[in-house]
Amino acid sequence: MDLDLILYFLNIPWVFLLWTTFLKSFIFLNLTIIVVSVTVFAERKVSAFIQDRVGPNRVGIPFTLIGGKKDSFFFGLGQMVADPIKLLTKENFVPGGVNKFYFWLAPKLVMIPPILVLAVLPFGSTLFGVEMTIANLNIGVLYIFAIASLSVYGITLAGWASNSKFPFLGGIRSSSQMISYELSMGLSIIPVFMICGSLNLNEIIDWQVVNGWLVSPFWPKGFSVGSLLHPADALHAFVAGVSLQRLLLWIPLLISFVIFLVSIFAETNRLPFDLPEAEQELVGGYHTEYASMNFALFFLGEYAAMFAGSGAIVSLFLGGWSCPLIPDGSHGWFWGLVNIGVFFVKVSLLLLFMIWVRWTLPRFRYDQLMKLGWLGFFPIALFNIFLTAVILALVRN
Amino acid sequence: MAIVVERPKLTLAEKFYLPAVLAGLAITWKHLKRAIFNKGIVTMQYPEEKWDANMPDWYRGAPTLVADEHGKDRCVACQLCEFICPPRAITIKPMEIPEGDKWRKVEKRPEEFDIDMTRCIYCGLCEEVCPEQAIYLRKDYSITGLNRAEMVHDKETLYKLGGVREGLVFKWNELK
Repeated sequence: MDLDLILYFLNIPWVFLLWTTFLKSFIFLNLTIIVVSVTVFAERKVSAFIQDRVGPNRVGIPFTLIGGKKDSFFFGLGQMVADPIKLLTKENFVPGGVNKFYFWLAPKLVMIPPILVLAVLPFGSTLFGVEMTIANLNIGVLYIFAIASLSVYGITLAGWASNSKFPFLGGIRSSSQMISYELSMGLSIIPVFMICGSLNLNEIIDWQVVNGWLVSPFWPKGFSVGSLLHPADALHAFVAGVSLQRLLLWIPLLISFVIFLVSIFAETNRLPFDLPEAEQELVGGYHTEYASMNFALFFLGEYAAMFAGSGAIVSLFLGGWSCPLIPDGSHGWFWGLVNIGVFFVKVSLLLLFMIWVRWTLPRFRYDQLMKLGWLGFFPIALFNIFLTAVILALVRN
Repeated sequence: MAIVVERPKLTLAEKFYLPAVLAGLAITWKHLKRAIFNKGIVTMQYPEEKWDANMPDWYRGAPTLVADEHGKDRCVACQLCEFICPPRAITIKPMEIPEGDKWRKVEKRPEEFDIDMTRCIYCGLCEEVCPEQAIYLRKDYSITGLNRAEMVHDKETLYKLGGVREGLVFKWNELK
C-alpha cells in the first residue's frame, strides 16, 4: 500500500467526515466517562468537606506500597478506579417477580439519552481545521430537549418493572416531576434564540464569541492581548461594548439562565429535586432492586446527564469553549486544545456547583415542585419571552 | 381536640427561595473552605490516631486475669465466672495445688483458663461475680486473630494482658 494512496483515500470528503466523526465521538465519549468518574469522586470528597469529614482517602494508586509501610494515598484518588471495579465485579442479582425484559432495558434507557445529547455539544472550536462538534445540527437545542426527556422513560420503567412498592413510587414521582419542569425549561431559553437568531449551538456560541457571553451585561468588543498594552484601546473596547439594549436584555437573560439552571437540576434528578431517588423516603427510589452494573448504569446515566446538562448550560449562556483573550482554533492546534480545555473547565465548575447545591439544600416535596414549575417558572418564563421581545423591538442598538 | 398549627406567613423574599438558597450556599461554602485546609475536620483517622488516652476508667474491654503485688495469681478456680458467663465464653479446668506449695492453703487454682473472645460480649458479669477480685475487664478493645484458635485467650495470655494489679485485698496472707 502506498502512503499517498491512503492519504488520498482519507481525504475523500465523506471518508474524511466518517473517520473524523468516529474519532471525535470516541475521544469525547471517553473524556466524558473520565469526567464522570472524577465527578463521582469529587461528589464524595466535597460532600465530606462540607460536612466536616475527610472523605475517601485510603485507596492509593495500586502497587505504590513496594518496600514501605507508608504508601502515598494521593488523597484517595484510587477510589475513582476502585468504585467501577467494585461495581463491575459484583454479582448482578435480579430479584424474583420482576418483569425481566423491562428490568434489563431500563438502565440502558437511562444511560443512552445523556450520551446522545453529547453529540450536538460543541466541546471545542476547531482542531486542525476540523470542527469540534460531533454533529453540527441546525436544530441542536431542540434535539437536546427531544432526547433528554426520554430518560424519564427509563426511570419510570425501572420503577414499574421492579415489582416493588418503593421503586414504583419513585417511577411515579419521576413522571410527575417531568411534567412540572419540562415546559418551563423549554420556554426559558426562547429569549436566547430570539437574541441569537439560531437553534444551532455552534452558531449560538459564535454569536457569543463576537457579542459576549449571554449572562454578562456588557462585553468589551475586540478586546485582545494587544489592547491590554494600550490603555486607550482597552478603554475604547469597554466603551464600545456597553449598550442600552444589552444592559436591558441582561434582565430577561438572567431570569432565563436561573430558570434553565434550576430545570437542569430537575432534569438530572439532582437534589433539591431528586424525588425519584429520595433515599430517606423510598429506600433507593427507582433503582432499589438493582445491583452491580445495572445499578452502575443508572449511576453513570445520572452523572452523564449532569455532564450533558452542564454542557448545554455552558454552550447556551456561558460562551461554550470561548474565553476572553484566548483565540480560537484557527490560530493553530495549540489554541484549539486550549479551547477544549476551557469548555471542560467551565463544565467542571458547573458540576462542582451542582455538587455544592446538592449538599446544601433539602429536598422539595413533589407538590412543591409542581407548584414551583407551574405557578412560578411557567408564568415567569412566558413573561420573560414578552419582555425580551419588547426590548428587542423598542430599544435599537 | 385537634390542634390547628398556623402556617407561617412567608415574606416575598422567602417565597422566591433564592435568598435562602444563597444563604445556605454561603454556609456550606464556609465549611468547604475550612475543610479543604484541613481545619475543622472532626474525623479521627483510626489506626493511626486512637482515642485510648481518653478512655474512661469504667471502660469494659477484654477480660483478663490479674496477679497481685505479692506475686500471687489471684484466681482460685471457683468457676463462678464460668457459670455466670452469658455466652459461655469461659472454660476453666481446675487443679489442686500440690503439697509443699507456698499457697497450699488456697487449695485450688486453674490448670487451664480459656476465654473465647469470639463469644465474649464484654458484659463484665465475670468481674462482678468474682469473689477473689481476680478477673478484670481492661481497656483492650482491638482483639484480632487469623483463626478461631487464635481468638481463644489461654491462661498465659490472660495473665500477660492483666498484669499486676496493686492495692487489692490480700486475703490469703500468712496470718490467716
